[in-house]
Amino acid sequence: MSNQNAIELRGVTKRFGSVVANHNVNMDVRKGEILAVLGENGCGKTTLMNMIAGIYYPDEGQIFINGQEVIIRSPKDAFRHGIGMIHQHFKLVDVFSATENIVLGIKEEDRYNLKKSMERVGEISARYGFDLHPEKKIYEMAVSEKQTVEIVKVLYRGADILILDEPTAVLTPQETQKLFSVLRRMRDDGKSIIIITHKMHEVLSISDRVAVLRKGEHVATVNTAETNEGQLTELMVGKKVALNLNRSQPKNVTDRLVVEHLTCINREGVKVLDDINFVARSGEILGIAGIAGSGQRELLESIAGLQNVSEGDVFYNNPKTGETVDLRDKTPLQIRDLGVRLSFVPEDRLGMGLVGNMDIIDNMMLRSYRRGKSVFVDRKKPKDLAQDIISRLEVVTPDANTPVRRLSGGNVQKVLIGREIAASPTVLMAAYPVRGLDINSSYTIYDLLNQQKENGVAVIFVGEDLDVLVELCDRILVIGSGRITGVVDGRSATKEEIGYLMTASMEKEEEAHA
Amino acid sequence: MLMTIAAFLQGAIKQGIPLLLGSTGEIITEKSGHLNLGIPGIMYVGGISGVVGAFFYENAMGDAMNPFLAVLIPLVCSLVGSTLMALIYSFLTVTLRANQNVTGLALTTFGTGIGTFFGGSLAKLANSETASVSFNRTSQYFSATLPFAQDWGFIGKVFFSYGFLAYLAVIIALVSAWVLKKTKVGLHLRAVGESPATADAAGINVTAYKYAATCIGGAIAGLGGLYYVVDYAKVWSSNGFGDRGWLAIALVIFALWRPDLGTLGSFLFGGLYIVYLYIPGLNRSTQALFTMLPYLVTIIVLVSVSIRKKRENQPPASLGLSYFREER
Repeated sequence: MSNQNAIELRGVTKRFGSVVANHNVNMDVRKGEILAVLGENGCGKTTLMNMIAGIYYPDEGQIFINGQEVIIRSPKDAFRHGIGMIHQHFKLVDVFSATENIVLGIKEEDRYNLKKSMERVGEISARYGFDLHPEKKIYEMAVSEKQTVEIVKVLYRGADILILDEPTAVLTPQETQKLFSVLRRMRDDGKSIIIITHKMHEVLSISDRVAVLRKGEHVATVNTAETNEGQLTELMVGKKVALNLNRSQPKNVTDRLVVEHLTCINREGVKVLDDINFVARSGEILGIAGIAGSGQRELLESIAGLQNVSEGDVFYNNPKTGETVDLRDKTPLQIRDLGVRLSFVPEDRLGMGLVGNMDIIDNMMLRSYRRGKSVFVDRKKPKDLAQDIISRLEVVTPDANTPVRRLSGGNVQKVLIGREIAASPTVLMAAYPVRGLDINSSYTIYDLLNQQKENGVAVIFVGEDLDVLVELCDRILVIGSGRITGVVDGRSATKEEIGYLMTASMEKEEEAHA
Repeated sequence: MLMTIAAFLQGAIKQGIPLLLGSTGEIITEKSGHLNLGIPGIMYVGGISGVVGAFFYENAMGDAMNPFLAVLIPLVCSLVGSTLMALIYSFLTVTLRANQNVTGLALTTFGTGIGTFFGGSLAKLANSETASVSFNRTSQYFSATLPFAQDWGFIGKVFFSYGFLAYLAVIIALVSAWVLKKTKVGLHLRAVGESPATADAAGINVTAYKYAATCIGGAIAGLGGLYYVVDYAKVWSSNGFGDRGWLAIALVIFALWRPDLGTLGSFLFGGLYIVYLYIPGLNRSTQALFTMLPYLVTIIVLVSVSIRKKRENQPPASLGLSYFREER
């Protein structure tokens, strides 16, 4: 084998239960190059890189470092082979200085000498052009400085192969440029750099080659100079896959939820939602597509009364009374008291949706306990409801008294959706309802959503799988960086079109910043 | 007047030494992220274990006691007793991840019970009228001072009139401060207490550090109990030790988790603890008010530190939380 390759992966496969995260991946990373790993959310980019960094262990396949087959069982093993990974969530001790964090856990032969270590940190910083104060405490640092500490930490341990997991997600455009120039300098120094990202323009500007993953499989590796955005998008989303989902024609369509000029600003002062306008109609499934973290969560939460809204309104047309009410600045309880039957299936099922340690019946009661008039709760009705959901949705559980946390992901989701549907909503919002579910459970969920649509419910479906979005939804709203970048018809839209709208938004934003 | 001041300072330091040992032990434990509220119980056990050793050695040898063994046997007994207690605590909280507060409080109740039980048994063996045990010869060795302490007046009284455990306590505190601040072991220990996940990712054996810190901390705290009975009180009585264990824990907060500051803090606490003796015209109830002063000072420090919000003065970030690697 040639020694041109720093890393070679041969037939690497990783499964989590029944879900295949990576399937038979063959790819290589050359010495002294920047390789971008591109793919949609949940396509297995991070899992694959975690296997190289020793966080996960592959079920099948081989990993070669500099032509030698290696077994990487822990991050320590990875360090021994000169591999260092910079994760999205930094692992740093807040009250320690940069240098203290960098030397933490290093087994050096010579005595512990913070001064000498500081000098070495300074040397590394100067060599690659990092802007880092070795004595500064982590809690005094901005996010970009913390990232620098993580990178220097890896270099200090002598890593030749650096893996960066979406390093630019937390950076401003200026900081991104700075990071890129540092990365180029490291490449010129002979280091191999793998950068995980889904931002198309960054891929084109920084990388030498691009490896594209789709649904856990390696699709292609192309030279950046010989490709373009269109080709990469196509590789990323792939050919259309027929799922054969039912989609009935919407009936009795009326405007149920009208969102106007909705704007949210988070604690850091960033606009997470920027002037959102759309209408959700009864008897229709409205899909929401976008790269993770583009404002989907904030959008649903501001409708549900869980998020502070800085501007704009959410109007609800009550089908019974014909009245229109504004849901802005109302708590979930106030919204319910207004007679709005809103059901929300949040992304974080066991965090926001259900209480893991309570059984199915008690979780049913979370939505109904206020109804009782006496001091004692009525367990009869929730119990019937729990039994009904278990039999109707085929929830696999020993009995209704089993803590929800012990159920599998698909069954947890069935319990949650079952409860929300049982409230006979007029608006049903579901965020990534099939994430982590196997194919059968997913179809059950799609069927449930379709039923609700036929019952005249306005369904809002936040999804990540574009194949599902184009087959299930009547209309699809695409958002990017908190803004609506397009609304397309689910029957005529193509995946490429949506994929383009998802990534294109950011380009515009970068231009606006520059 | 000068001699009164000297006597007060001496009394303050003597009162402070058990607190210093207790708080140094607790600081080392807390630096690993474990809040050991069993320290009062461990100090009790450290005391009674030493007493058991001293009692049997003294009874067995009579006048033929070897001064070296007379010190070594109670010392080793005390260290073994308190380390075993700390081992129970670390097994429950580190390995079994039991709630630290509940475990610690249970251990304190348990340790106090052990002390009372063995103390009572020894008193019975000694055919003592009261429920107390004395061991005069052992105490003599423990409280032996340098020969010139008597002749040096003020200086001698304030600085040289203590048994060796008192000096050992100060040395342990200063060495602990140095280890925590200046060595790699200290850096790793602090990382474990601040963010065990980070320490784990950096290849530090989190469990080993937690066990070691708890056991060493427990052993040091146990010496505080030993000092109190064999040097200070020179007699075991079942509730003689009083609330000093809790004061030691309050001192940890007062010293901002720094053993070197703990040295000064312990002398201040000791002084506040006995200051009522030097104020004329107090009756029993007003005396009790004065013994609350150390707690009052601790609360003032807590409030002022939380107003200043300096990150270095805060307790270790993961104090009281169990670490479980797979739970991310």
